Amino acid sequence: MRTRLAIVAVFALIAALVPLAGEPYYTKLAARMAIFALAAVSLDLIVGYAGLVSFGHAAFFGLGCYAAGVLPLFGIQSALVILPVAVLAAALVGLLTGAVSLRASGLYFIFITLAFAQMVFYIAQGMRPLSGDDGFRLPAPTTLGGLRLTDPNTLLYFMLALLALATWVSWRITQSRFGHVIQAGRDNPMKLAAIGLSPYPYRLALYTYACALAGLAGAAYANLTEFVAPATMSWVLSGELLFMVILGAVGTLTGAIIGAVVFVGLEQILSAYTEYWLFPLGIILMLRVLLWPSSK
Amino acid sequence: MTAALLLEQGFNGVQFGLVLFLMAIGVSLAFGVMNVINLAHGSMLMLGAYFIAAATVRTPSVAVAFIVAMAAVAIIAALIELALLRPLYRRGHLDQVLATFGASIALNEAVIMIWGREPVFMSTPSWLEGFVRIGPGLDYSVYRLAISGVAIGAGLALWLLLAKTRLGMQIRAGAEKREVIAGLGVNIRVLFTAVFVISALLAALAGIMLGPLLAVQSGMGDSLLILALAVAVIGGVDSLKGALVASLVVGLVDTYGRMFWPQLLGDVAGNIMANAAVYVLMAIVIAWKPSGLFGRQHAH
Repeated sequence: MRTRLAIVAVFALIAALVPLAGEPYYTKLAARMAIFALAAVSLDLIVGYAGLVSFGHAAFFGLGCYAAGVLPLFGIQSALVILPVAVLAAALVGLLTGAVSLRASGLYFIFITLAFAQMVFYIAQGMRPLSGDDGFRLPAPTTLGGLRLTDPNTLLYFMLALLALATWVSWRITQSRFGHVIQAGRDNPMKLAAIGLSPYPYRLALYTYACALAGLAGAAYANLTEFVAPATMSWVLSGELLFMVILGAVGTLTGAIIGAVVFVGLEQILSAYTEYWLFPLGIILMLRVLLWPSSK
Repeated sequence: MTAALLLEQGFNGVQFGLVLFLMAIGVSLAFGVMNVINLAHGSMLMLGAYFIAAATVRTPSVAVAFIVAMAAVAIIAALIELALLRPLYRRGHLDQVLATFGASIALNEAVIMIWGREPVFMSTPSWLEGFVRIGPGLDYSVYRLAISGVAIGAGLALWLLLAKTRLGMQIRAGAEKREVIAGLGVNIRVLFTAVFVISALLAALAGIMLGPLLAVQSGMGDSLLILALAVAVIGGVDSLKGALVASLVVGLVDTYGRMFWPQLLGDVAGNIMANAAVYVLMAIVIAWKPSGLFGRQHAH
């Protein structure tokens, strides 16, 4: 616990110093790590604390991307509108699909979350006015006061602050009475039922919150890549987010941050060596799972 | 809108549903017998299509090419089961699902490394080209009819295997009560490998037949896999009868949907609804019956 916290603190310090190098490439890389760290932290709440494997988390990330990409078409650029819309869109879809998916658990939950995410993906793909599958360039940056989130330095510091805040709030949630019910539902559902509590409303609230956080990360991602496409909702990204969560340690939040940093770093290193970097990535994923069990 | 067009779309829907059925049985068998989801199942379909494309270039005989493609998929599936899934059966779903996801992205990238990013085009065998008159004013593709026929044949063969053979009896017993058949001395390890290879062969068969209809490219099986997951959820993940009924329903809903929704709702909303209809159907079914239409097992 202490070690992971120390590692994350060192990462944060290094990230905060990266802009001093004056290389936008590295600043963007650090911002990318922070964005996926936020998405991975939110997924860890569902996977690690509630013990439910969601294979559809990218859908909510992608909804945030689309919020940041679509609102400028209506002349809205302010982060004070875009971020709440991204959060609400992801939370609302999370609430509706969660209400159905959380009736199931185990393998069924994986099936259903994956299928719902694919539905959101196909809806985005079917949006012909938004160029469907090809996606579109971000029409205008999200602005915060006089700052633009597409500026790498602004985006990085904004994301570091947001990640710190979101991780702290999420950690407080896991330590609260609410968080204890969530973890009891994972560890001993029978006992929870015996004291007269149904995990369902607790899980639904947590799922909605986690989806909202993923939406926030997605809105930032649209500013990083300055592009919005259904690929941000694909099941491959959902799988990669799960990979980040298990790369660290499941159910610790800080582990998800470390996992995201390692994953994005790995992606950069592999893609520098070969254009076929997904092949070694898949092999590494298989080896990681075979060599160390990720969950209890 | 003519009756002939409606009938043609009906045939297309049934044909699509039957191909989905080949995919969905694989999902159901793996779930029922081994209690796993194999996310590399879509890659088995893709490999079937690539292998038959590569084999037909090298041999004039369709039968030889078919046997070579199926055998290659069987070997790869057996390797995945032995090396990847076998050590993970006692682990949680998270590890199993991520391991097969890793296998899927590695295989999808491997075909790009071997055959390139451009889709490979396959032609229908010459003896299956052309059209046949199946109704007033309706000429239908012989190849599509053949696909439906082969899928029905494969379904019947699987039913015979499950209902009439010793292996099938063990598979059914395994799906019912795993611990008991292990206790009765059935070699559960061999049984699991056999089930995994049979599932992969059904997916490969789907891929071999779809090759000439779709572009053969990396990841071509993944959207069908996810659709097959929706089919399995609708029909009841552990029920083969459910898989058949749900496949046909989904095939028809999808095919007719693509025709009717845009006319009902206009181009934009109609197109979105056509894409989303199957998943909306899935949501309605599980909100009503969480374990699917024909599922025995409760979802929890």
